[in-house]
Order: sequence, then C-alpha cells, then structure tokens
Amino acid sequence: MTASTPAIEGWFTTSAEPALIGSQCTTCTTVFFPRTQGFCRNPACNGDEFTDTELSRRGRVWSYTDAQYQPPPPYIRASDPYVPFALAAVELPEGLVVLGQVADGFGVDDLKVGDEMELVVETLYSDEAGDHTIWRWRPTTGASA
Amino acid sequence: MSSNDVAIAGVGMHPWGKWGKNFVEYGVVAARAALADAGIAWTDVDLIVGGETVRNGYGGYVAGATFAQALGWNGARVATSYAACATGAQALDTARARILAGLSEVALVVGADTTPKGFLAPNAGERWDDPDWLRFRLLGMTNPGYFALYARRRMDLYGATQADFAEVKVKNAKHGLSNPNARYRKEVSAADVLGSAIVSDPLHLLDICATSDGAAAVVLCSVEYARKHGLSDVRIKAIATVTPTFPNTVMDMPNLSTDSSATLGVPERTFKESIGDAAYEEAGISPDDVDVAEVYDLSTALELDWIEDLSLCKRGEAEQLLRAGDTTIGGRIPVNPSGGLACFGEAVPAQALAQVCELTWQLRGQAAGRQVEGARVGITANQGLFGHGSSVVVAR
Repeated sequence: MTASTPAIEGWFTTSAEPALIGSQCTTCTTVFFPRTQGFCRNPACNGDEFTDTELSRRGRVWSYTDAQYQPPPPYIRASDPYVPFALAAVELPEGLVVLGQVADGFGVDDLKVGDEMELVVETLYSDEAGDHTIWRWRPTTGASA
Repeated sequence: MSSNDVAIAGVGMHPWGKWGKNFVEYGVVAARAALADAGIAWTDVDLIVGGETVRNGYGGYVAGATFAQALGWNGARVATSYAACATGAQALDTARARILAGLSEVALVVGADTTPKGFLAPNAGERWDDPDWLRFRLLGMTNPGYFALYARRRMDLYGATQADFAEVKVKNAKHGLSNPNARYRKEVSAADVLGSAIVSDPLHLLDICATSDGAAAVVLCSVEYARKHGLSDVRIKAIATVTPTFPNTVMDMPNLSTDSSATLGVPERTFKESIGDAAYEEAGISPDDVDVAEVYDLSTALELDWIEDLSLCKRGEAEQLLRAGDTTIGGRIPVNPSGGLACFGEAVPAQALAQVCELTWQLRGQAAGRQVEGARVGITANQGLFGHGSSVVVAR
C-alpha cells in the first residue's frame, strides 16, 4: 500500500467525512479559507486571533468549467497521457465560494449552476513518495460515477 | 469644465504581434509616436511613468527608467507602476496626479511587453504562500478557466449561448479589420469560433484572447499647457483605480476562494461594477452619456459582462444588445471599435494605455475604417489580478 498525504498541509481533513479547514476570527466571527493568520481582513475588525474551523461539506455550484488542455507547471498531471478534468466553484453556507476540481468520473455535463455538491478527497497526482491528495467537489445527485 | 481634467496631448502605439524583439524597442517606438503626435519634444517632458512588465528581467521592473534611458536621459522625474492588466491606467493616474498637483507639466506614460506563447503561467520556483502558484499546483486552474466560470454563469443564469459568444468575436474581428495596430486583421465567422477547439468549457480557442508583444504611449499635459500650445482638446475626465470592498464575493483570478459574506452581507455592488461607478462619479457623467467603450475582452463572454458592469444595459441584457447590433460600430453604443483584445491579444502593461489611445483617435475622428461617428465621450474598463482594475473616461 502506498502512502497517501495531502498535496498541501493543513488545508483539509482526510477522515471519512472530509472537510476544508478555514480560520474564524475570534473577534468578528468572519470565516476565511484558505486558513489565515495575523490580521483579520474584515476592514471593520482589528482582530488578530483565529481558530480553525471545519467548513460545511456541502454547497451549491456557483459556476464550473474544465481543462481540456494540460495546464502549465507547477501543475502536475495525474496520468500520462493527460486526461481533462472539470472544475467547480462552490458556494458554501458560510457565504464564501471555494474552487476545486470535480471528482473523478464527473464532467461539465453533470453540472448546473445551483446544483448541490459535496466535498471529497481524492488523489491529485502520484510520485515516488506515494499519492498526493486534494479536496474535490462531487455532485450529490450525479448521473455518472 | 472640471478642474481635475488633464489633456491628452498625444498618443502612439507599436503594432501588436509576435515580433520577437525586446520590449524596450516597442516602448520607444510607441513613445516617439506619441511625442510626434503631440508635437512635443522628449526634452520637454518632465515626468516619465513606465508600466512594469514582470517577464522581462530587471529592466522590466524599472520600466520607467528603462524607457527614459532608451529615449536618452533627460533628467525627467520617473515612476514605474504595476497593477497587472490595469498597469497602464495606474501609470496614467500617477502622471495625472503630479500634473494636477502642479508638480509636472508634461508627462510621458509608456507600457510595453514581450509575452510568451500559450497559457500565462506563474514565475518559476515553489511558492506555497502565493495563490497564483497554488492555483496551478493544487487545481490546474488556468486564466481561461476563470474566464470560463464567468461565461458559464451567463449561460446558466441569463440564457446566453456559445453562439452569442461567437458573435462577439465576429463583431470585434470586423471592427479591427482596418486597424493598423491590430495583430489579427481577418474576418472570423461564427462557424470558425464554434469549430475551434474547446479550451475550457464553454469557451473555444477563438473565444479567448492571445498574448502579444506590443506597446502604447500617452503624452499627458495640464489643460493650461494644452491651451497655450494649441494641442488636442481631448481630456481625461476620470481614472478609477478603486480596490474591491470587503467582502469581495465574486471569484477573482488568481484566488482559490472568495471572501465570506456571512458577517457583513453581500455588497450592493460587485468589484467590477464599482470600477465603472467610480469613473462615472469622478467624471460627473452617467452611462447614458457614453458614445463608445473599450472593454477588456480577455474572452468574448467577458465583453458581455463588462457591458453590464459599466451599466450600459441591465444585468443579463448584454446578449440582447449584441444581437440587435447595438454594440457594433454604427449601433447605439459601439463596444471595442479597435477590435479589442480579440484582434490585439494581450500585452499586459500596454493594454490599458492602448484603450486610451483608441478612444483618443475615436474622439478626434481619426479612427479610419472603424470610426464611431460623432463620438465625444468614451470609457474604458479592465480588471487585473489581486484587486486591481481601472476605468478611464475620455471626453472632448
């Protein structure tokens, strides 16, 4: 069995019900993703302390597209030859939109603005160190899988 | 006349293309053209502002000084601006501010670029705290990917079609046919667009602008100087360089997420709407006063977004304007008479200046083959990365 590690440390959990990890300002309660530290970006807030908070695992499609051509580095392709993948921007109940690739097996034909999506963790690419995982969006009522 | 006007004494460009030369050469050609157009000697310029280019080494980072040296040191004050696609407008604003403050009389603003082929990619090196690097590494999210998100929203929310997007390209290709500075001067059919490969669904290759080499320059002076020397009566009425207001809830390149609206609510205006609003307010005009617009059509669908962002029609109605021919030269509000990025391709630090060059020619009645008859008020719009954007109002 190969090792499986997040492609970026501390951005999402990898449990059976994975979630993005955001930062919540302890002063004004505004949530940020990716995680932040230092100073709250709400212009009316002087807060400088944050607590980690798991974001909702489900949201609604704000928009979507795909990458028919292989993106340039530092993108690392998952397979040779390159296989196109879809991307979705998903609006969460916390009032922010988060981009992500769409789960394996789903494409733009499976999506519509407003559709419900759920966060999953899948392999982004693999190398000698094992699988590198990433968060992805999966339709909750997909036509294919 | 408002006391915040400055005069556009002269404009000039180096044609857009893939010329394989150093950006400095393009910049000098554009600068000399603008100075000749103004009838002002380089030695009479007391301020030079360069638009920074980030892909051409140290000379690009200090573009103002680089152009000054290439033109021959003349002791002018110098500044260099960078604001991604809004670079040229920010450079223009710097020049305007010194002129209005009485600290400068004649300023030369220059932007030039040499761009690589294909997708614009981030600079080399591992940068785990840079969203522009992370979006490629973690998501494979390219610039066309963002353009495609906006395009898809138009389709799902307003019923736009890929055929509508293709018609934007057809229109702009026609507009740019006789523009001597345009890179692409060829008619394009809707079938050509729809038959080209899909890059990022729903956008085809011909919906997306190329990257080009090119340069543009503008000579600004005080209104008094222009009157004294009998120069052009085209004036800059506004340069909006506003930043977004929190929370910025529209997904912006190169970010992986938006701000959260949970605590403060969704703002009344989007960032792009606020750019146009600030320009109208500063110029003291309304969208009804605009005769011609040059907007940043990085993609065909983005032109439709801008038409609404500039309040030239209501949200979701840009396709109706397009289909009715309103945005074609001869229509109610011609958009991108230059041919836009569709005919030029993007040369980042030069592009916002190129928009001003085009409006100047339009307002003077010198836009041969693409003239918007009787144009007296024009507006530009563009958006750059990281909360930069600009809108310039030009009038005579």
